[in-house]
Amino acid sequence: MVYESRVTIAGESVSRVALSDEAAALLRRLWTIHGPLMFHQSGGCCDGSSPMCFPVGDFQTSSHDVLLGRFDLAEDGPDAMPIEFWMSREQFDYWSHTHLTVDVVRGRGSGFSVEAPEGVRFLIRSRLMDSAMPFV
Amino acid sequence: MTVYAAPGTPESIITFKSRYDHWIGGEWVAPVKGMYFEDITPVTGKPFAEVARGTAEDIEAALDAAHKAAPAWGRTSTTERASILNAIADVIDANREVLAVAETWDNGKAIREPLNADLPLAADHFRYFASAIRAQDGDFQEMDGTMTAYQYHEPLGVVGQIIPWNFPILMAVWKLAPALAAGNAVVLKPAEQTPVSILVLMELIGDILPPGVVNVVNGFGVEAGKPLASSNRIRKIAFTGETTTGRLILQYASANIIPATLELGGKSPNVFFADVADKNDSFYDKAQEGFTLFAFNQGEVCTCPSRALIEKPIYDSFLGDAIERTRKAVQGNPLDTDTQVGAQASNDQLEKILSYIDIGTQEGAKLLLGGERADLGGELSGGYYVQPTIFEGNNRMRLFQEEIFGPVVAVTSFDGYDDAISIANDTLYGLGAGVWSRNGNVAYRAGRDIQAGRVWVNNYHAYPAGAAFGGYKSSGIGRENNKLALSHYQQTKNLLVSYSEEPLGFF
Repeated sequence: MVYESRVTIAGESVSRVALSDEAAALLRRLWTIHGPLMFHQSGGCCDGSSPMCFPVGDFQTSSHDVLLGRFDLAEDGPDAMPIEFWMSREQFDYWSHTHLTVDVVRGRGSGFSVEAPEGVRFLIRSRLMDSAMPFV
Repeated sequence: MTVYAAPGTPESIITFKSRYDHWIGGEWVAPVKGMYFEDITPVTGKPFAEVARGTAEDIEAALDAAHKAAPAWGRTSTTERASILNAIADVIDANREVLAVAETWDNGKAIREPLNADLPLAADHFRYFASAIRAQDGDFQEMDGTMTAYQYHEPLGVVGQIIPWNFPILMAVWKLAPALAAGNAVVLKPAEQTPVSILVLMELIGDILPPGVVNVVNGFGVEAGKPLASSNRIRKIAFTGETTTGRLILQYASANIIPATLELGGKSPNVFFADVADKNDSFYDKAQEGFTLFAFNQGEVCTCPSRALIEKPIYDSFLGDAIERTRKAVQGNPLDTDTQVGAQASNDQLEKILSYIDIGTQEGAKLLLGGERADLGGELSGGYYVQPTIFEGNNRMRLFQEEIFGPVVAVTSFDGYDDAISIANDTLYGLGAGVWSRNGNVAYRAGRDIQAGRVWVNNYHAYPAGAAFGGYKSSGIGRENNKLALSHYQQTKNLLVSYSEEPLGFF
């Protein structure tokens, strides 16, 4: 099962990003350690092309980033657990035709992303979007 | 042919310690919180040593040691510092095989690379910066008959360096050599995927350097890298890695108003003009090898020539020859000197490469060679091996736009010079590029028109000390490998001196 994000791009109606079950479970666990979290999709180099997960407020997004979607990890609890997924606009220009699912694999190290000490890391699995823009 | 014995067997030329601590203040120091993590060799997928899992407390201890050492180190003569750098180079040369086995076991790379490239380059790099600092002059300007402005180079003090895992020793040396030559003390964090080989180097060179001049703290990025990069006790941060962490490091640097140099990867075009195939001679052979260099170091190179652009008239024939050439690449035990393609550095790297092969196929790219994990059998079955892989597609595909960091090349054709430059520059990155032509004018113009910091003309993947290396566009800020790097580790002191007894006359 995957959790699809809520759509956050104006004019669109189809989710662009999802979490695998394992990713959602890991994020709930990391939330208890680090507090509120967010993703920024990285490009380039050694640990790159990976979704980097940071405590909210640590990484500053800008008007040159795109918010691809928002999740709520709260299961039945009273408090919302929103997690946003961001990417730089220039990278989105090359990625926008693909749907992304955040998954988890066994691994070691990933920049300053918070999952690395758990012996795992987040990984993007991709598929083509079902329809071309504007997804309405 | 030589097959080096695997570490852990009686014949091995290196015996790893079962546990590695931090190197702080010239001695081995246990992590404050007492935590360790396993270092896994990608050759077999099995752990072989425990490594200190550093935290902010260890970074503080390393910064204490560095601050204690920095003033005296910064005052040493350039003669003395150069002599120390040369001594380090000699030790690297004398221990080349031991270090090569350590590097291969930590990283998975085919051992011919550390033996013949990484380690000789590392030694030469120290020698280059030993020479560069000796030859570096300050300058002065005579403002008028009685006033002179003197410019002095001064060290920054204590600097932080975060190292990637693809060339653990060489990338550390690229950063250490200019920093030390310029008179700085360093706190260095290796990559958590490859924490040990740099410590083997420190075992060998530790007593050459005064205590505290180089401090090595291992650990995870979020636990050790972040406290280092965000510390207000460093005067500069140098980082090699990916774009998001690069931005984060710039944000930390902005908070502390310190400079940052970043090397953030690429998606390097390798452009083959039609005249390459005018003759089937040694040059054609060289260009074919230039194509196949995408598999060098398992593709785990920031400048991997991962986009091959071939001019239409020779597309089918050149690519056909290149596929056959790549098919012959020998993948095997990384400790065998005949092996050309070794193991990917980690399980997650393997998974990521396979995920790209998957999306490439979905996007309609045509798989021409490889495309699967390789099972080499026996002990190596658990290692992280990927077949050299060739895809054909177009430049809008993600295969062409993202750094896979694996032995995967995406190939397309171009129609004339302008099309070549347009495709080559249609990327977020600008670190490396290759241009191949028998026509010097074409090669020159293409080299100048491609927006990348390093364009190899009629060669690829050479990294001689002296040739400036660094990125355009999203590939980073700053230059390494050249005396220019000294300026990234130096402050400028201006003494404006009056040699006149006359008052200014204003008051």
